[in-house]
Amino acid sequence: MIPIQYYLLFAGFLFSVGLVGVLIRRNAIVVFMCIEIMLNSVNLTFVTFSAYLGDATGQIVVFFVMTVAAAEAAVGLAIIISLFRNKQTLNINEINLLKW
Amino acid sequence: MVSMYQFIGLIPLFPLIGFLINGLLGSKIKSEKIIGSISVLAVSLSFLVSTFIFFEMINLPTEERLKIVTLFSWINVGSINVDISYQIDQLSILMTLIITGVGSLIHIYATGYMHGDSGYWRFFAYLNLFIFTMLNLVLADNFLLMFLGWEGVGLCSYLLIGFWYDRDFENSTTSVAAKKAFIVNRIGDFGFLIAMFLIVQEFGSLQFLSVFSQASVIPSGDKILTAITLLLFLGATGKSAQIPLFVWLPDAMAGPTPVSALIHAATMVTAGVYLLARSSTMFILAPITMDVVAVIGICTAVFAGTIALVQNDIKKILAYSTLSQLGFMFLACGVGAFSVGVFHLMTHAFFKALLFLGAGAIIHSLHHEQNIQKMGGLKKYLPKTAATFFIAAFAISGIPPLSGFFSKDEILWKAFSSGSIWLWLFGIIGACLTAFYIFRLVTLVFNGEERFDEDLHPKEVPSAMTIPLIILAVLSAIGGLIGIPHFLGGSNKFEEFLEPIFKRANYQLPIAHDEIFMEYLLMSISVALAVGGILFARHLYLKDNSIAEKISKKYNYGYKLLFNKYFVDEFYDKVVVNPIKNFSDSVLWKKLDVKIIDEFINASGRITEYLSSLFVKIQTGVTDTYVLIFVMGVVLILLRMII
Amino acid sequence: MALEQIIFWSLILVAGFSAIMVVVSRSPITSALYLILNLFCLGGFYLTLNAQFIAIVHIIVYAGAIMVLFLFVIMLLNLGDESKLRERIDWKTYISISISVAFFVELYYILMIQTPIPVTKLHVNSAEVGTVEYLGKVLYTQFIFPFELTSILLIAAIIGAIILAKKKFTI
Repeated sequence: MIPIQYYLLFAGFLFSVGLVGVLIRRNAIVVFMCIEIMLNSVNLTFVTFSAYLGDATGQIVVFFVMTVAAAEAAVGLAIIISLFRNKQTLNINEINLLKW
Repeated sequence: MVSMYQFIGLIPLFPLIGFLINGLLGSKIKSEKIIGSISVLAVSLSFLVSTFIFFEMINLPTEERLKIVTLFSWINVGSINVDISYQIDQLSILMTLIITGVGSLIHIYATGYMHGDSGYWRFFAYLNLFIFTMLNLVLADNFLLMFLGWEGVGLCSYLLIGFWYDRDFENSTTSVAAKKAFIVNRIGDFGFLIAMFLIVQEFGSLQFLSVFSQASVIPSGDKILTAITLLLFLGATGKSAQIPLFVWLPDAMAGPTPVSALIHAATMVTAGVYLLARSSTMFILAPITMDVVAVIGICTAVFAGTIALVQNDIKKILAYSTLSQLGFMFLACGVGAFSVGVFHLMTHAFFKALLFLGAGAIIHSLHHEQNIQKMGGLKKYLPKTAATFFIAAFAISGIPPLSGFFSKDEILWKAFSSGSIWLWLFGIIGACLTAFYIFRLVTLVFNGEERFDEDLHPKEVPSAMTIPLIILAVLSAIGGLIGIPHFLGGSNKFEEFLEPIFKRANYQLPIAHDEIFMEYLLMSISVALAVGGILFARHLYLKDNSIAEKISKKYNYGYKLLFNKYFVDEFYDKVVVNPIKNFSDSVLWKKLDVKIIDEFINASGRITEYLSSLFVKIQTGVTDTYVLIFVMGVVLILLRMII
Repeated sequence: MALEQIIFWSLILVAGFSAIMVVVSRSPITSALYLILNLFCLGGFYLTLNAQFIAIVHIIVYAGAIMVLFLFVIMLLNLGDESKLRERIDWKTYISISISVAFFVELYYILMIQTPIPVTKLHVNSAEVGTVEYLGKVLYTQFIFPFELTSILLIAAIIGAIILAKKKFTI
């Protein structure tokens, strides 16, 4: 008999932790992992709603999110590899070409 | 039975196709034969279609001959509707026949004349484009479509005058001559445009039929109508090279000779006359304009005739002759004899095209020598050219029964009967001048001793060039027979054919008394004067130039004045061109443009630059900063939702 | 305390701890291992929510595939030497943490205080919904089009990853 709010709040907690990681870490791979935590926290809310409402749509969406996450991980890690080859660093503060 | 009328769209379509093929693919097609055939075929097919329509028309009862064929809607704004539609009536089909008929002959001729030129395909593309726009001009059923053609022929004229853009022409280049033609034409076009605005304001339509039927109920002498007609006439003076806008036509001789024949003699310059004839309903209601037209016409006729007396460039003489003949056409329109003006337009198209093509043949055989003082005795080298040239010369001089006689004599008679004795008097002076200068030209070129370089061996031009000459010679000779006036026992089929077009205009005219005796008398005088002019010219120039030189020495001042074309170009340069240039240079460019307009634009640029230099600092390129700002936004939005 | 609740709270404990450790540990490998733990806990959550199929897929895809990829990359790039990438603590760190905390507080306020009636029971159908059979039916009927589209997405990702990792790009 666990209220739905507990699940949602815990998802929010995970999201916030991931957010902190994204904001304060400079290692690109760790930042990436934090993004995965944030994605998973959202997945958790979807599954929670799906279970509490008895509707499959939430779980289907989680299914798609996983696909996207897999694709994203593949491309993102490829980008990280080619970045590292070129700049010999993973510090995202040093990768600041996106400006004037 | 299928009516040919519905195929009217084909007439302009063929030259357009020819233009597109030659213009887009011409540089790829290496063969001159293919390019030439496409071009000639395009115009001849148009001629064929117009002939069919013409024959269908003459078999119809008079009241069923007028028809408007709408191809598609063009502009539909507010109450103004302008369609791409063609008006088929006696006048437009006649003009179409002249344009496509003379046009195809000149196309055939040009295939020989332009042989070996590096811009062969370009030349024929331009010629076809010209025919296309000219057909739009004459077939249009509204002022705007006519204006489109009007501008189009101006453009083609510019392109063709400057065709040999790498050659020199009279101390400058051909492109200067081309620009001059274009700019002077623009002045006339300005008049046309303003006239169209007034027409829209006054009648709310641009369609000929609707405008003219509304105009015909306006009382004679109405101010707005006078303004409209004067402005239209300004447009006509630009295109038809009348005083004061005639200066471009002599310079237009910088183009290849077939162009001079096609554009600057037979077709384009007659657009002004066509405009007057088309709007005759409005002109007849504006007596002031009619007087202006008649006076300008006769002035140009005499003025250009005198200049032509002393020029030495063969094409220049013919150019001034064209001015003079156009003056006669305007004289006819000015005294209300529109159909006679159109008649002269047609006969002039024949013999002036012939003269120019003949001149082209002479120039061709002498390797681009244009000075008649360096010719002479060419008769035995160029027998066919000489024969046809003589026919044209007699025709333009007004010797019966050649075509020029009927049309010119009719003009003079109308000038006398509907205008005044002074118009007639200056008219016969102009006719006499015509006879003199053309026979001066003929004598110096074909008779007398050979004054050209000895290493030149002139020989008869190829048959592609002589055949059009012969056809045009036949037309020049017999073309006048369709317009024999009643008192000479003819039936004047021509006037009868055009009668419905000028019905409204003729209705207003005082009916001329057919004084047969007077007609015969005046006719004899003009013929006598023409013959006199011819004999005088033969006498002066046949043996040697000594008498002519003596005369020119004696009246040195007058000779100089004429030789330098009354210094009109210099006058225009001083009074109009240079002040405008100086004003543009010192005020408009250096002050207004550089100091004010440019500064405004630079200032707006500089302000933007400064502001962006402030804001650019936000963009650090560090991704976490962006994320941080983004999350701050999210937090704020959530906060707003809670509160 | 029921078994259900014991499981729930212990999962929360482990998942929260592992998530924090992902963020704070120095070595990326440690982070990655904690992340795997975190993902297993999430799988446990899915099981408590009767979403059996998703839980299994989650473990396979994340812990089995994605995390292996992460570890491979870390080892390929030889990121053991952490002295190269010293994490600094400066004013931006504090702002970031406080903003994130503010975010969590806002969520707390919305969920716990603004929402008056707690829903405490799973839906009666939830056990049936989470089965492979049921999800498969929905996925291959109602969601067939997006499902097919994911194939394009995956193809694009494969090609993109190959091209990016193959050549040397000059940046």
